[in-house]
Amino acid sequence: MAPANQEEEVRLLGKWPSPFSNRIVLALKLKGVSYKYSEENLANKSDDLLKYNPVYKKVPVLVHNGNPIAESLVILEYIDETWTNNSFLSQDPYERALARFWSKTLDDKILPAIWNACWSDEKGREKAVEEALEALNILENEIKDKKFFGGETIGLVDITANFIGYWVEILQEIAGLELLTIEKFPKVFKWSQEFINHPVIKEGLPPRDELLAFFKASASKK
Amino acid sequence: MATNDLKLLGGWFSPFACRVQIALSIKGLDYENIVENLNSKSDLLLQSNPTYKKIPVLIHGDKTICESAIIVQYIDEVWKNNATSSILPSNAYAKAIARFWVSYIDDKFFNSLRYGLFAQDDESKKKYFDELEEVLLKLEEVFNKLSEGKGFFGGEKIGFIDIALGCYLSWLKVKEKFTGTKMFDEAKNPGLVKWAEAFSAHPAVKGILPETDKLVEYAIAMAQGLAAAATAAPK
Repeated sequence: MAPANQEEEVRLLGKWPSPFSNRIVLALKLKGVSYKYSEENLANKSDDLLKYNPVYKKVPVLVHNGNPIAESLVILEYIDETWTNNSFLSQDPYERALARFWSKTLDDKILPAIWNACWSDEKGREKAVEEALEALNILENEIKDKKFFGGETIGLVDITANFIGYWVEILQEIAGLELLTIEKFPKVFKWSQEFINHPVIKEGLPPRDELLAFFKASASKK
Repeated sequence: MATNDLKLLGGWFSPFACRVQIALSIKGLDYENIVENLNSKSDLLLQSNPTYKKIPVLIHGDKTICESAIIVQYIDEVWKNNATSSILPSNAYAKAIARFWVSYIDDKFFNSLRYGLFAQDDESKKKYFDELEEVLLKLEEVFNKLSEGKGFFGGEKIGFIDIALGCYLSWLKVKEKFTGTKMFDEAKNPGLVKWAEAFSAHPAVKGILPETDKLVEYAIAMAQGLAAAATAAPK
């Protein structure tokens, strides 16, 4: 048994506008785990970041009792296995496989398509938008009539889809595009509203006006 | 009769399908092995993996599982059996480390190998193969740390990282034939050299990795196909 004065030390190295970093914030909030947060400046990386993620030098990085873990999907599974309350991954191997598949598909296919469309120039715009709409259609077919991708409660896929639930609305406004709308993708849109209004998720998302200002500033630099 | 009602949609040429075969072999499971022709995909494949239309796909009764690393974890979790056949470690942190390195291998290692092999010009080839060398130096470090003096990344027995990286060995041998240089530099990667021998000789692996000559033929045909598509495709 751990000595009474041993504190569980949980640290998160992150970047507040990053959806990947935010996934970990949401997961730790869902578990009610307290942690120390360090905001990283990727133009001037801290010694800690270089020490804890020498391979990629990126955020997020979770450090638990001095042990670092990088890559948001790897961190999310670690969190769910380590703090077993409010589980966001089923114990059933098939449900887990499906959740892992959709999280990977979000990261490999869906997020990049939407991101590219939002930052596309005149030349590539039409094709990029077409791909983004195809990507959203994949999600529309997958969410069906479920409240969350995880069913009645927030699951791994919902957390991984935070970009879809919250970031897309802001980015498409800046880009002057209509990608995720209630008319085009009613089910994903409905899911996004459930997601951002969830009591715990709501507290974990960065403020909309700050996020909008941050990405507007990025857009003007291009 | 496949008593476990298992079907694998795969291909002898695919390192990803091999991973699933090795995992099934470790667990001692019978399955129906269906070899797909990627130039003429079966209806079953297109229906089972509509998102990517890729192999491998594991069909277990009425369940369909895609993506090799996900399939391997599924197999490990369903057939928990005993400690000697477990593929992922039981400790949460060790699991996270294994998953991290498999993700790294599928990103950095895979991309530098495949782009290097099929690059159209010498400059690109050199760039990717130089990157591959850096990756192998990193993996040598990882091997030394995780194996703790034993034969595999998983320690005494083959684990998730071994299976993920090991299935690329046949394609590394193709690179050897194409470039004339050994797949591992014995001075820089002595650990990986020994590991590759041990992996290839492992009872669960024997007979699954394709023969080099056969794969070389396949790779040449692939390269020709890619070159033809590149000249034909409208830009």
